Amino acid sequence: MIPSATNKYWWLILAGGLLPLWSLGVDIVGDRLGSNPIQALHIRLGDWALRFLCLTLAVTPLQTISKWRGMAEYRQLLGLYTGFYATLHLWVYLVVDQALQWSAIGGDILESRYIWFGVIAYLIILALMLTSSAWAKKQMGKYWKKLHRLIYLAAVSAMIHYLWQLKGNLAEPMLYVLIITLLLGFRVLVWLKKRHFNRLMIPLGKRNQEE
Amino acid sequence: MIIKTAKPLPSSEITDQTIFVNRRRIIKAMMAATALASSLKPQLSLAVEQHWPGLPNSFGPGNSLTTTPAKLVKNYTNYYEFSFNKEDSTKLAQKLPIDPWSVTVSGEVEKPGVYDLADLLRRQTLEERIYRFRCVEGWSMVVPWLGFPLSNLLKEFRPLSAARFVKFTTVFRPEVMPKQQANAMLNWPYVEGLRIDEAMHPLTLLAVGMYGDTLPKQNGAPLRLVVPWKYGFKSIKAIVKIELLRNAPLTTWNQAAPDEYGFYANVNPDVPHPRWSQRSERLLGSHFFSPRRTTEIFNGYGEQVASLYREMNLQHFY
Repeated sequence: MIPSATNKYWWLILAGGLLPLWSLGVDIVGDRLGSNPIQALHIRLGDWALRFLCLTLAVTPLQTISKWRGMAEYRQLLGLYTGFYATLHLWVYLVVDQALQWSAIGGDILESRYIWFGVIAYLIILALMLTSSAWAKKQMGKYWKKLHRLIYLAAVSAMIHYLWQLKGNLAEPMLYVLIITLLLGFRVLVWLKKRHFNRLMIPLGKRNQEE
Repeated sequence: MIIKTAKPLPSSEITDQTIFVNRRRIIKAMMAATALASSLKPQLSLAVEQHWPGLPNSFGPGNSLTTTPAKLVKNYTNYYEFSFNKEDSTKLAQKLPIDPWSVTVSGEVEKPGVYDLADLLRRQTLEERIYRFRCVEGWSMVVPWLGFPLSNLLKEFRPLSAARFVKFTTVFRPEVMPKQQANAMLNWPYVEGLRIDEAMHPLTLLAVGMYGDTLPKQNGAPLRLVVPWKYGFKSIKAIVKIELLRNAPLTTWNQAAPDEYGFYANVNPDVPHPRWSQRSERLLGSHFFSPRRTTEIFNGYGEQVASLYREMNLQHFY
């Protein structure tokens, strides 16, 4: 991931992505995480993973609408930050909260359905992280795109993971549902449009290419 | 157990101070009397211990439970009438007027009526009870409550033999309770209930204070229920109505999500919430990297309360 000359905001995003971690560190040191700091830490990391996931998913629509080329590097960086915060979210659960008591962790995951969706989302995000480099992209050829389309499944799983552990207050979660629905909806629209044109092209031949 | 008593007040202050409201004075006076009794007559607290030999909490030295720092308990409340955020209700609840306060008693009792809380309290003896408190969300705390057994109060109203359930209702004040005003999330006012034998159980407490002081408003002032072997949502806050009924009342969370929150809501690690495990809990005040506490059946009060549910399938009656 070496930034090209066109992506002058790359370093800015790289630095900005660390701000949530910095602010969490400050709050831990200052004892400002409230009465249940472990849970607060865990939730804040999960929130940031979800926010970066939204930002990652926003790159392609932005590129399509703005015709601004070469944003794939931003997408890669934002995707890696999604994975970074998702990994910290997982580690806080395993190490800070469950203190690596594996039998307790196993029981907890088995009995907590909302965690299943977190596991699905994380496994996908992990696979995408590991194959995010240009080298991996080259090696995998056409499979790379197929694999990386799983981000949509990860987004839906992450949403369910988030919504399903809530007891009732849905105001902020609904905002994320809306954003993710819009971002995924954009893909569906593009896909439908493409399919529509492809269909038209079969019987009518060249005339439709002008459209 | 050292009970922090009222700060010594010059009599001049007591006579003209309006901030020291009626209820506060009564509770403080009662607490002072309790403290005096326990310091002068240690056998008094011993007697209580003998009465409940197996209590996880006790009322004197040798108490095995470490209380959660008060600051944590005062800033982590699910008081959905005010806010869905546990910290925000601390501030918002201060708007609730609690003095004077009356409690309506009705249903299957010989002496129904509207009772002034101060009058009711005058006839009760306060005790300090250190109880575990386990929330259905998977966290817990240990709180030194000040209160009296619910049974002592119920007996005053002379329940009829037809009374098989007790229904409690929280105050309805939409003008100061934003979520009641917005009609948000739950059916307001909040309702909870107990079976009569649960209500009459000596562990079931009506609390008016904690940590040697009156209850903070966000923790349910001026009067709340504490049922230590049940999930926290059973321990209803700011009670204005107590009804003795023939049939089980429809309780708020049970109504909102019957498959998730049963009428009984006994703490039980073997019955997971449909969406999450109940095997463990995060004890407030415990440190990073410290394991979660293993949740006990009936929150550790099985010795005292398991007999209430002897014939029941706890998987079904969750």
